[in-house]
Amino acid sequence: MAATRIYVPRETAAISVGADEVAIAIARHAKESGEKIEIIRNGSWGATWLEPMVEVVVDDKRIAYGNIEPADIPDLFKSGLLTGGKHAKRVGPTDEIPYLINQDRWTFWRCGLIDPLSIDDFTAHQGFTAVSKAFKSGPQPVIDMIKTSGLRGRGGAAFPAGIKWQTVADTDAEQKYITCNADEGDSGTFSDRILMESDPLALIEGMMIAGFAVGASRGYIYLRAEYPLTYSILMRAIVAAREAGWLGNDIQGSGFDFDVDVHLGAGSYVCGEETAMLESLEGKAGVVRYRPPLPAIEGLFGKPTIVNNVITLASVPNIVNLGGEKYAAYGVNRSTGTLAFQLAGNIKRGGLVEKAFGLTLREIIEDWGGGTASGRPIRAVQVGGPLGAYIPEDQLDTPLDYEAFLDIGAMLGHGGIVVFDDTVDMAQQARFAMEFCAIESCGKCTPCRIGSVRGVEIIDRMIADENRDENHELLLELCDTMEHASLCAMGGLTPLPVRSVLKYFAEDFAPSQEPQK
Amino acid sequence: MTTQPYDKQVASDIIAGFNARPEMLVQVLVAFVERFGWITDAAIRQLAAELNLSRADVHGVVSYYHDFRTSPPGKHVVKICEAEACQSMGSRELSKHAQKSLGVAMHESNDDVTLEPVYCLGNCACSPAIMVDGKTFGRVSTNRFDEIVASMDETR
Ligand SMILES: Cc1cc2nc3c(=O)[nH]c(=O)nc-3n(C[C@H](O)[C@H](O)[C@H](O)COP(=O)(O)O)c2cc1C
Ligand code: SF4
Ligand code: FES
Ligand code: FES
Repeated sequence: MAATRIYVPRETAAISVGADEVAIAIARHAKESGEKIEIIRNGSWGATWLEPMVEVVVDDKRIAYGNIEPADIPDLFKSGLLTGGKHAKRVGPTDEIPYLINQDRWTFWRCGLIDPLSIDDFTAHQGFTAVSKAFKSGPQPVIDMIKTSGLRGRGGAAFPAGIKWQTVADTDAEQKYITCNADEGDSGTFSDRILMESDPLALIEGMMIAGFAVGASRGYIYLRAEYPLTYSILMRAIVAAREAGWLGNDIQGSGFDFDVDVHLGAGSYVCGEETAMLESLEGKAGVVRYRPPLPAIEGLFGKPTIVNNVITLASVPNIVNLGGEKYAAYGVNRSTGTLAFQLAGNIKRGGLVEKAFGLTLREIIEDWGGGTASGRPIRAVQVGGPLGAYIPEDQLDTPLDYEAFLDIGAMLGHGGIVVFDDTVDMAQQARFAMEFCAIESCGKCTPCRIGSVRGVEIIDRMIADENRDENHELLLELCDTMEHASLCAMGGLTPLPVRSVLKYFAEDFAPSQEPQK
Repeated sequence: MTTQPYDKQVASDIIAGFNARPEMLVQVLVAFVERFGWITDAAIRQLAAELNLSRADVHGVVSYYHDFRTSPPGKHVVKICEAEACQSMGSRELSKHAQKSLGVAMHESNDDVTLEPVYCLGNCACSPAIMVDGKTFGRVSTNRFDEIVASMDETR
């Protein structure tokens, strides 16, 4: 009898709650009971709330079991795990889990499905078909497809990818670079990580296509140091791609040379800002550069450089495979396509939800997230990382669309959604926004470096209820200064969460007073 | 963490592994911290000499990045995520608990352990999260914190 295949994720979140121990327990139990099994370490489907999620293949169908602990294994085997048997922790067939099947999986469709490190599994699921198609079509049609798709950068600033690519393609230089921003510093975000751990070759294929389109032969992935498992998976994927002739010189006889290196960050949030990232890639302190010149014209080592987020690049292969129009058909207004939303913090069903733009924040929090983990009412939702606004309950019906968020003084950013229940002290959250800016400022400009420290002091005085109105005014003025005189969005957007707290949650600043009605 | 005392020859080999290119300085420093646990003055001198940089240049880079420690860490490094998603699930209380139960303040070390904040481990759907000796843990209640700490070193 053939061995029964069992999938156990090798992905940071799953492992952080015991997936490795579960894999070991399954292997040990099977050995002791003489069952023939094969354990495949896939990535994650992104239903993080079910992790560790174990899947058993029964008649070519994958049956999922959720929140498995090593202690469950003997009982699971007794219940007929290997034949998909009934058990309290049986979720059902993976392809019937509502959380997953109601998504629009354009970029993440192979995540969880395949063995991330198997070139065979990747190519059996359309891997490298897009880059092969690009080789045949030539560079400009690829750039045109990206323009047609309307794809905007997923790192936060939402700049159109096609325009950036065109600039680099049109700039003459002997050497150009593709740099992938995998610094993913925003709290509440992990989509880059899940993609890189679950389908690293998709990112590599996206970078190759970018390189081919603009005439660059070298790629760098700038990966944050907090992701050690991601690092080892990426390195193994790169080696596998090289061995299979999908990286290196004259790739698959196309005449195109391309290779990728991974560089690690060292715990600096600002190094996610693109010019600071370039400085760091050059071995220097991550101090933000003045612009112009744009990185697309003078970037890494002064050469034309694409800086794109992981998700931007990983969305490219399917755009090339299926066409820009197909991608543009998803979404609303100028927010075309899909975004990998990440449900985080105080949420019952946290995880990754790739959806077309346009549904509301409330829909995603309630329909996917199931409300708070604590069961208490939602008080505030921070969207878009530490530089994003805190959104009050009565604005949850805002559609998830870049421009609709700008209209309410918020931002979508990298798609992180962090939920807080009614026990949150919003004055502390405003204070943290300033404190974080003070900790992470690159130090180049005064409003950010000094302003943030002042901000903490002013908020402390407000919390202590000293000259409340005067300090409130002072804080607003400080926000103005930071917004207008900061070189980058670190200092420029820190006022966003602070202002949102002042506007919607001002009562938290003076707990000694009666709440104002 | 399995680190070793600073060793000039080992350091030289690491630098040579990056072809002694000055633009690899950040990567070399990452490797130094991984191997030696921290960046010593001797390391800064050696890096300046072998990468053909000024000592001030190297020092500037070392002092910029949070991860490039310039004092020796304890045997174990415990990082508590203090960013927003973890705050929403009680990381402030967890940090307080950690300081009390480990007997060190945040940013401080004793021989046994170094305690540091970290701003997001990318594990925000399993908040609160911590990292112990380079391994990430999620859904860390105070009880689970104590278990993790107890198992990080059998000889504690
Ligand atoms: C303080 C700061 C931090 C940032 N962090 C990241 C990050 O971690 N990842 C990222 O992709 N973009 C980040 N960005 C945005 C980048 O500067 C840049 O816009 C992006 O990498 C471009 O790629 P995209 O167009 O594909 O989004 C950050 C920006 C700022 C100002
Ligand atoms: S705003 Fe802050 S992080 Fe950005 S360049 Fe100025 S000092 Fe550096
Ligand atoms: S001038 Fe740079 S943020 Fe406004
Ligand atoms: S905020 Fe703590 S892991 Fe992301």
